[in-house]
Amino acid sequence: MKFWMTGFFASALTGFVWVALWHLLLTIMAILATGAALTLALGPAALSGLVAGVFAALQRPTTLCNRRMIGIILVAFLLFSFSLGTPFDSGGLLPTWQRLLLLLLASVGGWLTIEKTVGPAKVGFMGRYAIEEFYLRLFWGIGLIMFVLIVAVPFYVMVMTSLKSQQSLLINPLDFSIDYSLGVTKLLRSYIELFTDYGFMTLLMNSALVSVATVIITLLFSVPGAYAVAKLRFPGRYWLSGSILLIYLIPAIILVIPLYAIFSQLGMRNSLFALCIVYPATTIPVAVYMLRGYFAGLPSDLDDAGLMDGLSRLQIITRIAMPLSMPAIASVALYVFMIAWNEFLFAFMFLDDVKLFTLSRGIVSLNSSEVPRQHLMAGAVIATAPVLFLFLWFERFFVSGLTAGSVKG
Amino acid sequence: MGSFFGSCPLPPDISPVPKRNMARTPRSDFNGNLARREKRLAFLLLFPTFILVLGIVLLPLVANFWISFKPVTLGDLRPPSLIIKETLRGTVNSPGDIFKIEYRFRNSSLKYPLTEASFRDKVPDGFLITVMDPACEITSEGSQRTIVCKLGDLNAKARGRLNIEAVVKDPLLVNKDILKASKPKTLFITQNIMTSFEFTLENYKKVFSAAEFWDVLRTSIYYTVFGTAGALLFGLFAAQIMLKKFPGRSIIRGLLLFPYVAPVIAVAFSWVVLFDPFSGVVNTMLSQIGIVEGPINFFGQRKVDINIFGLTIEFPVALSMVIMFEIWRYFPLSFLFILARMQSIPTDIYEAAKMDGATPFQQFWSLSLPFIAGILAVLFLLRFIWTFNKFDDIFLLTGGNAGTRTLTVNVYEQAFAISNLGAGAAVAVVIFVFLLIFSIIFIRFSPKDAA
Repeated sequence: MKFWMTGFFASALTGFVWVALWHLLLTIMAILATGAALTLALGPAALSGLVAGVFAALQRPTTLCNRRMIGIILVAFLLFSFSLGTPFDSGGLLPTWQRLLLLLLASVGGWLTIEKTVGPAKVGFMGRYAIEEFYLRLFWGIGLIMFVLIVAVPFYVMVMTSLKSQQSLLINPLDFSIDYSLGVTKLLRSYIELFTDYGFMTLLMNSALVSVATVIITLLFSVPGAYAVAKLRFPGRYWLSGSILLIYLIPAIILVIPLYAIFSQLGMRNSLFALCIVYPATTIPVAVYMLRGYFAGLPSDLDDAGLMDGLSRLQIITRIAMPLSMPAIASVALYVFMIAWNEFLFAFMFLDDVKLFTLSRGIVSLNSSEVPRQHLMAGAVIATAPVLFLFLWFERFFVSGLTAGSVKG
Repeated sequence: MGSFFGSCPLPPDISPVPKRNMARTPRSDFNGNLARREKRLAFLLLFPTFILVLGIVLLPLVANFWISFKPVTLGDLRPPSLIIKETLRGTVNSPGDIFKIEYRFRNSSLKYPLTEASFRDKVPDGFLITVMDPACEITSEGSQRTIVCKLGDLNAKARGRLNIEAVVKDPLLVNKDILKASKPKTLFITQNIMTSFEFTLENYKKVFSAAEFWDVLRTSIYYTVFGTAGALLFGLFAAQIMLKKFPGRSIIRGLLLFPYVAPVIAVAFSWVVLFDPFSGVVNTMLSQIGIVEGPINFFGQRKVDINIFGLTIEFPVALSMVIMFEIWRYFPLSFLFILARMQSIPTDIYEAAKMDGATPFQQFWSLSLPFIAGILAVLFLLRFIWTFNKFDDIFLLTGGNAGTRTLTVNVYEQAFAISNLGAGAAVAVVIFVFLLIFSIIFIRFSPKDAA
């Protein structure tokens, strides 16, 4: 019998990991929320968790009617005594209610996760299937928290930094507490300055113009193209539908030098118009690919009925095919909008004139030692907000667009 | 490669019915009046797309090869031209005043000659030319007088001056402002380096003989391999986690896609601020908790020596950070794909496996993995290509410094920082050829989907 296959060991390990993790997370959150220079004491926390885990393994649900309450009190007591009366705050930097709150959160969170992970586990040898499930529950919980954290932290820092002032950032970079007493104008000062002094309104309008134009041009080109590939018979049709995505795989960095040279010589490089024809050219292949799949799925009987009723093919596209494939068109539109809004390389290479900058191009010039960091982050928030808003609002369409177009990166 | 894209995953909700209408049509159907009209219409509908893609994608692709064999610099993009400066000396106020017009001309190009160069300048009435430069003559068409000067062939950098002396007759018709009002119009023939047939292998020689080229290639490969594999692995983990139903799953699924949906510029700079050596959260946190002594310049430090049991390992700091960013930003993509694939696996085979006593790990190894092997291979290929071509991320995070210069950053450096367009194009050709070879080899040996 291997020791790691016993419920006893697995539960102890579970407690060890969970309470230490909660301690770590809560300490970091407390530091960021208050700016206090807290120190980390993982040892006592892990030890408390170990004991609590052993308790969870030994105590069958049937023997104690109020197991959950007892468990939470136990973790709290252990944390308190192992850290010699100062869990979370050995220096005494926080007010008492905050320390109590942290202790409460750690013990409730710690115990609930232990309980959830241990589940109906036995104390002794558990058998391969049950023990694997046990460990998977542990990894599942840890994994979920880690993923949420690594994704959310940069965005959190982005938003919070944009709300700070230069002095408070220099004094304590960890202090992300928001001082509401400053009032809205002081808090949003970076944003207001970007719009008044840095011309962000122009950048926003330019980005919106280019992105919307790209969406419209892409749809104007790709809807008829996709319809032709999906529904009409012509020589080269199979070759075309197979090779259309190959075009999409040609990297932008290879196109940028010739396009720069050609557009420079034609004297139209430094213009939004140049972007409005380069962006669609890179998005049309994938749009055709996505729409073709959808159009091919529409029954041909509808087209035949339309032809019988005397509609032309163009009328069939606008009156039958398009209304029926609105979900796919929405996906394409959102995906293309995202690509155009986020695009950096061509905007960076092509645009020289500050009045023509898109957001991506404009924010790069904020990355200098003369511009304070909170302005850079406020710019980042301004660039991110519209596209994230669209994403959250139309998530279903967006996700199907992403999966179809996700060869792009 | 066409068959490869045939197996490219389509999202389940995009094509509700399998391609029923795509069934191969016999060739004889292309004849007949109706079929001909259909064919013509199809070409008509595809024509705009074809033209745009041809002009903006395929033509530049060929042009890149063309440029890579040419000695072109950024400066050559401004075509050679004849520059004329006109100056007036003397007074032009009353009859009898003598004044001089001087034209200074030069060839703006440092490399290329101008042939049959000349210029014309409109001049008013009311003065008499006393001394005329031999290269020039005065013509009049109706009442309009024009000075025409023939300069002949001008070598690169050639310059010179022409002098004309004149005496004022009627100050009402001529003064300094009127004389200066018309700008000389130039006429010349020159060759455009972009379209000439002058070729060289110099760019390739320069690229391959550069000391750092092999370092750059190695960095590119490390970045691509670890970035791609890491993103796939994290995507696989995330998909495993999100496969389980729990409250708030759809919200967290949306959150996990944030890094990919947000603009690269925003997230890259967030990372720069987050890992800043002086005011960054991570450094301050690490030193406060007591893990490091001094601040680490995450994006600026080439390497750090790590001692493990007496063995010193050189750990590339900035490169690892850039790879971590790549993984962070693109794992959502693999996650989305793998999750969709795993959700389409019929659940009854898992039930059956469970009955036979297969443990969760065994189920994963022998059931899930074969099902997603195909999509993992496709994802690996596509992500490999896109990561190898990635420019923005590294450029924004480190600017290609501290040992993070990849081939793509090198394209930019050569073409726009050193202004040698030809060399930049040559590096781009190296990228293209590398990816082409990689794709061909990969497709030949890639695993196929179990489904």
